[in-house]
Amino acid sequence: MLHTIQSCYGDIEDKLVADLGCGCGVLSIGAAMLGCGSCVGFDIDDSALCICQRNLTELDIDQVDLIKADVVHIENDEVLKRRFDTVIMNPPFGTKHNKGIDMTFVRAGLNLSRGSIYSLHKTATREHISKKCSKWNVKMEVLAELRFDLPASYKFHKKGSVDIQVDFIRFTSIGSLKNVEC
Amino acid sequence: MKLITHNMLSSNIIKGVKNGYPLGIQATDVQVNEVDFNPDFVARIIPKLQWPILCQAAESIGHLGDLPKELISDFESNEEFLKKAHHILMEIEVKEGNLVCPETGRKFPISNGILNMLLNEDEV
Repeated sequence: MLHTIQSCYGDIEDKLVADLGCGCGVLSIGAAMLGCGSCVGFDIDDSALCICQRNLTELDIDQVDLIKADVVHIENDEVLKRRFDTVIMNPPFGTKHNKGIDMTFVRAGLNLSRGSIYSLHKTATREHISKKCSKWNVKMEVLAELRFDLPASYKFHKKGSVDIQVDFIRFTSIGSLKNVEC
Repeated sequence: MKLITHNMLSSNIIKGVKNGYPLGIQATDVQVNEVDFNPDFVARIIPKLQWPILCQAAESIGHLGDLPKELISDFESNEEFLKKAHHILMEIEVKEGNLVCPETGRKFPISNGILNMLLNEDEV
């Protein structure tokens, strides 16, 4: 994913990158290894951030900063607006209780980035995302289709694991954002 | 937390805070780490930063050194200057302390280098 972002679009090397919902830091670490200038990882979860910090230390990665925050809260931050060259994310796909959270992350990314946003979404929601994008005045390109093997993680999951189709998508604002209040 | 990150953070995410910039720094543990110098990145990022705020932040934690408070005109080609800027932006790390909202005094703690900007429900 990150190799594509760098080799096709040159959006990692020497760039200021934000990673929304960085978790244990897979994408932030990858961006750092591919030579980003600096990367800020945001996550709401303490334990994920702790593991991420440990991973960064162990791998001797020193251009990543971590911030505990709710992406929903920083979405309208006027000072952070368009601060980053590139935003990368593997957002939560949303469950029964937080449907549409992935597009909230994209919306936050669009506010933070002056360039493109790279993200992963369930292929099943592609049409919905595409509608949202035309409403928001945002261009979306599906760069690849991937297959995720997700183990059961909630009590209401009936199967041991499921294969889901995932789209790797690039979002770019065309002019100014419209109708983003959801 | 590095000063490059401090430069773009504010507390205007708190309900009622208008500007919230810049955040004050109370540091109890500041470390200096060596980070690979990337002159292209530093030269490109400087115009996008608030230079006086960066100098003020560095000075408040005692690490301004001999960094000029005025941005020099030929900074892009001045390697000496870019190295100094790189040092301040990337190599000074606030490990423990707080960032402080200039309007409300609300503190955002920094622990193990991780800044906590999570708001309480009544602040949103």
